Amino acid sequence: MAKIGVFICHCGENVGAKVDCTKLAAALGDHPGVAVSVEYKYFCSDPGQESVKKAIRDNNLTGVVVAACSPRMHEATFRKACAEAGLNPYLCEIANIREQCSWVHTDKDLATEKAMDITRSMVEKVKRNNKLQPIEVPVTRRALVIGGGIAGIQAALDIANAGQDVVLVEREPSLGGHMAQLSETFPTLDCSQCIMTPRMVEAAQHPKIRLLTYSEIESVDGYIGNFTVRVRMKSRYVDIDKCTGCGDCITKCPAKKISSEFDCSLGKRTAIYTPFAQSVPNIPVIDKANCIYFKNGKCKICAKTCQCDAINFDMPDTFVDLEVGAIVVATGFQVQNNSLYGEYGYGKYPDVINGLQFERLASASGPTAGKIMRPSDGAEPQTVVFIQCAGSRDPSKGVRYCSKICCMYTAKHAMLYAHKVHDGKTHIFYMDIRAAGKGYDEFSRRAIEEDEAAYIRGRVSKVWQENGKLMVRGVDTLLGKPVEIAADMVVLATAIVAQPDAKEFAKTIGIGYDEYGFYNEAHLKLRPVESSTAGVFLAGACQSPKDIPDSVAQASATASKVLALFSKDKLEREPVVATNNEVTCAGCWGCVLACPYNAIEKKDIVDRSGRVIKRVASINPGLCQGCGTCVTFCRSNSIDLAGFTEKQIFAEVMGL
Amino acid sequence: MSEPFEPKIIAFVCTYCTYAGADLAGTSRLKYAPNVRIIRLPCTGRISPMFILKALQKGADGVLISGCHPGDCHFTHGNYHARRRWMVFRALLDFIGIPPERVKYSWISAAEGVKFAEFINSVTNDIRKLGPFEQYSQLIEQTQAPASL
Repeated sequence: MAKIGVFICHCGENVGAKVDCTKLAAALGDHPGVAVSVEYKYFCSDPGQESVKKAIRDNNLTGVVVAACSPRMHEATFRKACAEAGLNPYLCEIANIREQCSWVHTDKDLATEKAMDITRSMVEKVKRNNKLQPIEVPVTRRALVIGGGIAGIQAALDIANAGQDVVLVEREPSLGGHMAQLSETFPTLDCSQCIMTPRMVEAAQHPKIRLLTYSEIESVDGYIGNFTVRVRMKSRYVDIDKCTGCGDCITKCPAKKISSEFDCSLGKRTAIYTPFAQSVPNIPVIDKANCIYFKNGKCKICAKTCQCDAINFDMPDTFVDLEVGAIVVATGFQVQNNSLYGEYGYGKYPDVINGLQFERLASASGPTAGKIMRPSDGAEPQTVVFIQCAGSRDPSKGVRYCSKICCMYTAKHAMLYAHKVHDGKTHIFYMDIRAAGKGYDEFSRRAIEEDEAAYIRGRVSKVWQENGKLMVRGVDTLLGKPVEIAADMVVLATAIVAQPDAKEFAKTIGIGYDEYGFYNEAHLKLRPVESSTAGVFLAGACQSPKDIPDSVAQASATASKVLALFSKDKLEREPVVATNNEVTCAGCWGCVLACPYNAIEKKDIVDRSGRVIKRVASINPGLCQGCGTCVTFCRSNSIDLAGFTEKQIFAEVMGL
Repeated sequence: MSEPFEPKIIAFVCTYCTYAGADLAGTSRLKYAPNVRIIRLPCTGRISPMFILKALQKGADGVLISGCHPGDCHFTHGNYHARRRWMVFRALLDFIGIPPERVKYSWISAAEGVKFAEFINSVTNDIRKLGPFEQYSQLIEQTQAPASL
């Protein structure tokens, strides 16, 4: 027999003024199964809570309903009080008679009637509540950081410096990401390499960081605190233990005309190569598609040159299985394909380049050693036109969003150009100058005022070649006049988009993404670095376009989340999870389709001889977030959701 | 009120959006019709069509379902499943002779206290116009036996 205690809180006047609490207490006192029904001014106060505890002990209550404010307010308070009185906290429920009754109704009789319904319904639910225990899951104290750009490096270093183990996985042959490609950084104009390369070295040499470059994530299984990850280490064909990084093989490699990815195809590289001179690790890889030996079966000059016998053409890909407790995704971005804008002539005219290519031209370690030379003939351009929003904020051809960094880097490009080509002229077509950030507006003003960048508000309609010049036709919307400029070089501030395989990769690790392929945070404002999957965190431009300070800040935030997770031996979770009755489960897998968290697996039921007699759904309580969608999908009524069982909800309906 | 028909409406809402929206209506002291009783669920994906039928069978004159806006679901997909299920269930309601207008569906976010209050008022008015729902009245006798343990 149920013995439910009903505690009706006046909340001062908040409930009492609109709900007749005495009448409510009397009505509930007569309800079947209710042992105690009392009212009090403030049950959340210390004496109020004490009286609840006393009533539980004195009457051996089997359940508690507190008719008061929203459960979002004080459910935790009263559940804790119940636990202190020896009652399982999950046998306590809140009937919301303040936010959803007394505060929103004016007629006292109708409000009282509604409060009775709400409380009665909750009593019927509590009668069917089960004792639940918080779920404890162990935590593996090792983090996986995916992506070795500035965000990944920052996250890895922060976690490692706090004394926890980190595995840093990068798919390119070297750490560095996009930041290593940049010449100078806004708003300080300090050299990107100078601030980036020491961090790369620090990450590679850190005793707590295991670095896996030229490696990709194959699969991710498990759940928060307990992920198992398989990493494919792509074959470098160079033994990482034997190679000293002397570079003799690179000098001797006869395949020299391969377009360099790192230099955005403005420079050339060999078939055995490191992406750039400061690569970390400084171990080359052989580009199988362009290697003469792999193509023709003859050459092996690198192997003959190598004095350490490090070259191995038969080296297979290897796999590494990792147990990790948390994952930081810092997979970065790419620049949009400029050929979407045929009218700007990208790809058709060699002197129309994108912003990242300009970075390589301006970089001291770039293909021109920092001299601004136009790609077609190596001449110094005297007039440069920059076109902002070439892809961003353009729903018709490009992307709807603002890429955030282009206004700033275009201003930077104009300054770098002015510092290198003193009599040069820059024109910048823009829609708006978005320079929000510390020192950003001052920086873009400097480009205009000191370095004489001519900003033209308007769009460009066409770029074409005429008499060795690039003719740029656009409009100055402030003057209301068409503009035509004869330029030597055109730089497009291309949109920042998600990695080409971002969506596929999101499915591999089980996180959500938006229409563009950027990864979704759990809450845009309040949980910006957590993904929707517990234990997986997001850093850098894989979440949305970001500049370096934002990426670093977000990376450090993920590190603090990871460290908070690692501060405990065991994780405690709310036991609101689904469970499956394996006896009645028919194995239709409707639940598997419904589950947004991949929490449901197929499990074999075997007899004594080990023969599989049935396959059923098995719900992993570590992964289950308790939405209950599978319960509704279940055709055989086998699944139920603790805390919101079918019985409880039907009882609530019946109680109304 | 001179004895007008006052409908009884049961609402199934998700805890993350609409329940929070209803709380916001409360903290903003908005006033709305007292005809609706809310049942809180983790997600609209948890709402079984059986709950709706049970509510109508139990004597509700109308049912409303509300959750997070598409794309905003705390559980990423639950509201899409609920929407799909509702599209199918609506046809079934029609088939078994329950006017689909008695079941309302909406998206109300945690920030939309005003929308919640307006929605409750408009649903109450609509159901009031439809009159009492008596389809299951003969069954109510049987199901009204006190459900106590």
